[in-house]
Amino acid sequence: MNWIVKNLWLIPALPMLAAGISALTPQRCRKFSASLAIGSMAISFLLSLCAFSHVLGQHGETSRQIFNFNWFQFAEGNSGILQLGWVLDPLTAIMLVMVTFVGTLIFLYSLGYMAQDENFTRFFTFLALFAGAMLGVVIANSLLLLFICWEIVGLTSYLLIGFWYHKPSAAAAAKKAFITTRIGDVAFLLGIVWLYSQSGTLSFYDNGSGCMETSALAKMVAQTTSAGMAVSTAIALLIFAGAVGKSGQVPLHVWLPDAMEGPTPVSALIHAATMVAAGVFLVARVFPLMSILPEGSSAIPVALQVVTWIGAITAVFAASIAVAQNDIKRILAYSTVSQLGYMMMGLGVGGVAVGMFHLITHAFFKALLFMGAGSVIHGCHEEQDIRRMGGLRKFMPITFATYAIGMLALAGFPLLFSGFWSKDEILHAAHGWSISRVPFYLGIIGALLTAFYMTRQVVLVFFGNRRDGIQEKSEHRSHESSHDPHESPLTMTVPLMILAVCAIVLGFVGTPAWPWFQNFLSGEHEAAGFSRDVILLMLSSSGVVILGLFLGWWFYARKPFAKVDQVDPLRTLRPDIYGLLENKYWIDELYEHTVIAFNAWWAKVCDLIDVWLTVIVHLIGYVFVGLSWVNRFCDEKLVNLGFDESCRRVTLGGKLMSRLQNGRVQNYLRVIGVALAVLVVILIWGGGK
Amino acid sequence: MSPLAGYLLLSAFLFAIGLAGAVTRRNAIVVLIGIELMLNAANLNFIAFWRFGPNPEALTGMMFVIFSIGIAAAEAAVGLALIIAIHRHYKTANVDDVNQLKG
Repeated sequence: MNWIVKNLWLIPALPMLAAGISALTPQRCRKFSASLAIGSMAISFLLSLCAFSHVLGQHGETSRQIFNFNWFQFAEGNSGILQLGWVLDPLTAIMLVMVTFVGTLIFLYSLGYMAQDENFTRFFTFLALFAGAMLGVVIANSLLLLFICWEIVGLTSYLLIGFWYHKPSAAAAAKKAFITTRIGDVAFLLGIVWLYSQSGTLSFYDNGSGCMETSALAKMVAQTTSAGMAVSTAIALLIFAGAVGKSGQVPLHVWLPDAMEGPTPVSALIHAATMVAAGVFLVARVFPLMSILPEGSSAIPVALQVVTWIGAITAVFAASIAVAQNDIKRILAYSTVSQLGYMMMGLGVGGVAVGMFHLITHAFFKALLFMGAGSVIHGCHEEQDIRRMGGLRKFMPITFATYAIGMLALAGFPLLFSGFWSKDEILHAAHGWSISRVPFYLGIIGALLTAFYMTRQVVLVFFGNRRDGIQEKSEHRSHESSHDPHESPLTMTVPLMILAVCAIVLGFVGTPAWPWFQNFLSGEHEAAGFSRDVILLMLSSSGVVILGLFLGWWFYARKPFAKVDQVDPLRTLRPDIYGLLENKYWIDELYEHTVIAFNAWWAKVCDLIDVWLTVIVHLIGYVFVGLSWVNRFCDEKLVNLGFDESCRRVTLGGKLMSRLQNGRVQNYLRVIGVALAVLVVILIWGGGK
Repeated sequence: MSPLAGYLLLSAFLFAIGLAGAVTRRNAIVVLIGIELMLNAANLNFIAFWRFGPNPEALTGMMFVIFSIGIAAAEAAVGLALIIAIHRHYKTANVDDVNQLKG
């Protein structure tokens, strides 16, 4: 076994260790903790590259290498042993490289972004802990280990969203994120337990006895639950619920936009590139379970259908909301939700390679966009409303250029950008889906909307005239001489440039002409080349994207916004729909009035029950206090007193009797004599017989 | 009056004298003498009941009395020894002064 397989644990362990050490560092050792985090991440990146090159050298079956060890034994027999372990296969290798690379860049970027923050050390502690846990999710060969790391990831997400906890909105957003994902995680945990009861193991791959391998899968698919569903499908859906929570799919998407309250590097790392992708990764990891079918059946598995529909609905749903948002990060957040929907759809219709390709390309360009947004926010003095920006092109050329690349990649601008290839792949797979064409059309609509809202955002932020501070300028001028936006420091722009290059280049590893990425993941060789319908599809999706870009330009660039509070052209067009979108379909309010209201009502009921229980408990308590009082009374007044009295009487009697023994022997003799006389008299007079 | 009744009367008389002496006198030696008198009254009873009883040939009464006299001698010796010990300790032989053994 190769040393990299044996020592794969080092990759997550290093950032974890860095987090542990920097948690103990005093707050003033800023450089130390930052260099610790960045250094550990860089070493992890190098190790990941080693792992990646190792996997590159393998082919076919040998490309999956596992290392399992027994954690502890909780019951007799083989199934009582809890096994942990890690797996190195193409999926892991790709994710490792992506997470560590993007992570390192974002760590570097945070150096500049968080430079003014007094809790710098804490920030890097959490960031490193997150990176370690995320890498743990990636390498895990056991659902249990994956779940453990999954929960740590959720925890750090909570901690980092609420990093500026003094803002009530940030604290609320952190709680919302934590609780919402918890809903999915409960289902996930149920799925894990069920899976364990069915297959007796939680290891994915274990030389034939793992739960993702043929024997266990065949056993699970053969059984049906009471609802008529195969057990494997039910378990897969439960696990998918965990992914829905983590990846912000409908209906659990509500936390992700609010999570933008956290610092921007956090949004880039956790809520765009890696953590939210963990759900997609999870589905890819348990894909054998998702796609298993009874023998002889050739239908599309139910679990994959659900994945596809949820993904497709999310893709359009979130993209349409993004059209009407004004917060630069919120737009990106909804865009992330929408793109995650694409990934899910890709997994559902096209398999692991399709979904994962979009995951990887998206991670790069979305991290780029978020970091660009962070740079904009930084340069505009913490302004996040795109209506208050405008004309930043002149002030921040590097940010503008890289942001534009990211935006074109996200919109899927033809040929040159990575987003185009990965999105096209998904659309192509959706086009060939045998059940329904609707996901395909939803994907097309989503692509149109994506191009539209990204154009809107870029135009409002970077083009036109500066709108910010026209009113306030006179007030601020007195104490703030340089109110103008400024370009960000090099620590922030260099990662942007690197990511921009990636956002372009990365697409070429998975084009239909050279499907290296797909072959690498699936281990098979697909025919390369453009078939006729692929070209047709590419043309039509290009047309859609260009239409979206044009519409965005038509609405927003033709007549640039002059004032901050100018009415959005879409609002003048259709105020009702715009209002609906602006308020996110009232989903938050819907939850407020259904789930949360029910929860609050239920809490009240519980409180009431609790009050009654308290009363009953108190009553029982009083009864027992009364009983024990009676008991004490009996004890003290009856038993004790009676005993004392009888003791006193006995003593008295003893004293009385002891008078008889007065020490005068002749008295005794006298008594004996009298008694004898009496005895004689009795014998003579009464006892003749 | 039959000879037995006469002996018994004598014996009762002796017993009464002994009892009176043992009860009324203060000197321990005199008390001891009274006790000896009562013992001898009992011995006289033994002899009388044997002599005038149904079977005077068997020497049972005689045997009783000889044992009784032997025991009386031993008793007198023990009693005198006690009295001498008491006298050494308390410098008196008055039984009324020796009354510390009481409740």
